[in-house]
Amino acid sequence: MAKKKKTQAQPGSAYIIQPPDPNEERHTLAVLVTNEPGVLARVIGLFSGRGYNIESLTVAPVNEDESMSRITIVTSGTPMIIEQIKNQLNRLVPVHDVHDLTEEGPFVERELAMVKVIAKSRSHERRESLRIAEIFGAKVADTTTDSFAFAMTGSPEKVMAFVDLMRALGKTEVVLSGVVAIARGSEAL
Amino acid sequence: MAVEKALTGAEVIIKALVDQGVEVVFGYPGGAVLPIYDEIFKQNSLRHILVRHEQGAVHAAEGYARSTGKVGVVLVTSGPGATNAVTGLTDALMDSIPVVCLTGQVPTHLIGNDAFQECDTTGITRPCTKHNYLVKESEALAHTMHEAFYVARSGRPGPVVVDLPKDIQFADAPYIGPEAVKPRSYIPKVKGESARIEEAIDLIANAERPVFYGGGGIINSGPNACKRFVDFVRTTGYPCTLTLMGLGAYPASDRQFLGMLGMHGTYEANLAMHGCDVMVAVGSRFDDRITGRLDAFAPGAKIIHVDIDPSSINKNVHVDVPIVGDVGHVMGQFQRCWKSRVKRRRNGKAVEGWWRQIEGWRKRNCLAYKMDDKVIKPQYALERLYELTKDQDVFMSTEVGQHQMWAAQFCKFEKPNRWMTSGGLGTMGYGLPAAIGAQIGHPKKLVIDVAGEASIMMNIQEMSTAAQHRLPVKIFILNNQYMGMVRQWQELLHGGRYSESYSAALPDFVKLAESFGAVGLRATKPSEIDDLIKEMISVDNTVIADIAVDPAENCFPMIPSGSAHNEMIMGDTGIDTGEQSVAEDGMVLV
Repeated sequence: MAKKKKTQAQPGSAYIIQPPDPNEERHTLAVLVTNEPGVLARVIGLFSGRGYNIESLTVAPVNEDESMSRITIVTSGTPMIIEQIKNQLNRLVPVHDVHDLTEEGPFVERELAMVKVIAKSRSHERRESLRIAEIFGAKVADTTTDSFAFAMTGSPEKVMAFVDLMRALGKTEVVLSGVVAIARGSEAL
Repeated sequence: MAVEKALTGAEVIIKALVDQGVEVVFGYPGGAVLPIYDEIFKQNSLRHILVRHEQGAVHAAEGYARSTGKVGVVLVTSGPGATNAVTGLTDALMDSIPVVCLTGQVPTHLIGNDAFQECDTTGITRPCTKHNYLVKESEALAHTMHEAFYVARSGRPGPVVVDLPKDIQFADAPYIGPEAVKPRSYIPKVKGESARIEEAIDLIANAERPVFYGGGGIINSGPNACKRFVDFVRTTGYPCTLTLMGLGAYPASDRQFLGMLGMHGTYEANLAMHGCDVMVAVGSRFDDRITGRLDAFAPGAKIIHVDIDPSSINKNVHVDVPIVGDVGHVMGQFQRCWKSRVKRRRNGKAVEGWWRQIEGWRKRNCLAYKMDDKVIKPQYALERLYELTKDQDVFMSTEVGQHQMWAAQFCKFEKPNRWMTSGGLGTMGYGLPAAIGAQIGHPKKLVIDVAGEASIMMNIQEMSTAAQHRLPVKIFILNNQYMGMVRQWQELLHGGRYSESYSAALPDFVKLAESFGAVGLRATKPSEIDDLIKEMISVDNTVIADIAVDPAENCFPMIPSGSAHNEMIMGDTGIDTGEQSVAEDGMVLV
């Protein structure tokens, strides 16, 4: 064996610090959990404690007796990190099931946006906002003479396109629900 | 579910403990757990060990659990009682030790009001427990108690906190037995997938430079699992190394054993890991103290990894054959699969060559040190301790630092559950309470805490516990007047600037022992060591043995972090102090 030159980037460090990996992937996870106090804190604490990303997180009880909740998490990481995230989630006691929708086959994602556009009555912006809303299939949820509040659902990409167009029209307020997702086909989780 | 007559919450708690087979509780009373202490007063089936600090209670429970294979139980009060337990809980989480910790809590109507001795116990302990519960309805109490034990001991074991508001302890509560509690979620897989087992056996049977790398998971799986592991390793005839947490899972005197691996592991173990073509990791987690630099870890190896915790697999190192399951089960499957699949072996010559190479590394005698007839070398003290106690069934705990690594190198363990050390968290102050816990579990056995003079000061108050319960633990202090591992790093990596690592104002340990009614012994010359050890063993009392050792001794071999397994620093290469000592090429062995 040949003598090897030492590569010690951090002399004196007790740990090995490695640069981040560029090949990160975006995954949508469906997590079925017992509906009990603290369960969301466990999931979020796992992500923050281990330095995983959360792009979006939604949660609500989903079965008839409300004993179970479904959490939809959109996260990103290298394939090794994504595997870790799933295994770590599975290890939490109130977690019943973790499904990686991105990996398990085709699925549909939807997000709800509510956008308030503030524009003077009879202004060009006001008319334009209504026209764009029509194109995107957004509904008018509220109106005053000086504003519209639109509600629009669609894929995250479509929702973002809608929001960007609305923002260009002037003063807006935006609220997004986060992503919910379901697998295509006749099988249920 | 069979519901019996209503008891009070406190009665339910005690009944649940007894039905779970608990014999000992380590604890410290306080306002929020008084009803439970009242029940303890009225009964005789549970023994309560009063500690002197809640951290000590958890470590004692860990020592008890690790040495007996049972779940350790802790009882502490709310607020400071719970926060003091946090270090112990984190330690148990990192080392996968089954512990159930009952914490008192202010009455439910006061939760969130910043009441006296209130803290958000479940919030604080969420990241440092395997799971935790806050019992808000007395109907859920019995179920929660039993589930806590199930979670603590199943799968990869760990600490579980049950937070018990005081009003729940007083309230009427229905009782159900452990048999009525079925887990709703968290059902770990114990059997390995047979296709994977076959794949693994094919790899193992055809390996040319194989190595087994076992960890604490084997010991957690039980003595039977250890036996099956040993049987399988012997069937193959391959070399075996163990992690710090795994010591005892494979008999240290066995020819196939290479010693501990990792940062302070043996030359032969680390080079075998580096050069192997098939690595069989069993119940180990590829910790950074084990792997060294990840991109240079076992470059040519196909890795088989057996673990009950899927999140341990592929976490740090890419694994070729992952097997999720309990070590005991999987080793049985390995043995059966080997018998049916491996008819003729073609790798005999290659393995013979591999062993020749390993024997060459062994001859390097990496643990050699320079003997001195005036100053006691810490390695010598431990060598003598091992020699003079090896005929007994010894239980040994350690604190954290140089002495811990030397103990791991020089004391040989033939059986599992004999070695208690804080591996993952590296908690100074672990050893004395852990020894107390082990002594409670094994009243007639010799229990030794190998300590450093700095570590022992971190939980020295537990001397009082040992005295109260007449526990004859032996505290073997390697006193080098420094936080030795800190000093070593400062010498090797920080130019010998010994910032705050000198143990100033130490107590006189002999007088300290006497003040607790224990026996204090001291040795300052190598010639005194044997007599000291013999006396220490023969005394039927707690003993503090203060061994004045060489303050400048360093622990080798050492893989500096950021280095690979084949870049060990050895003890006999004549390291001098100064900035260049590590960077210099001559220090870096290949």
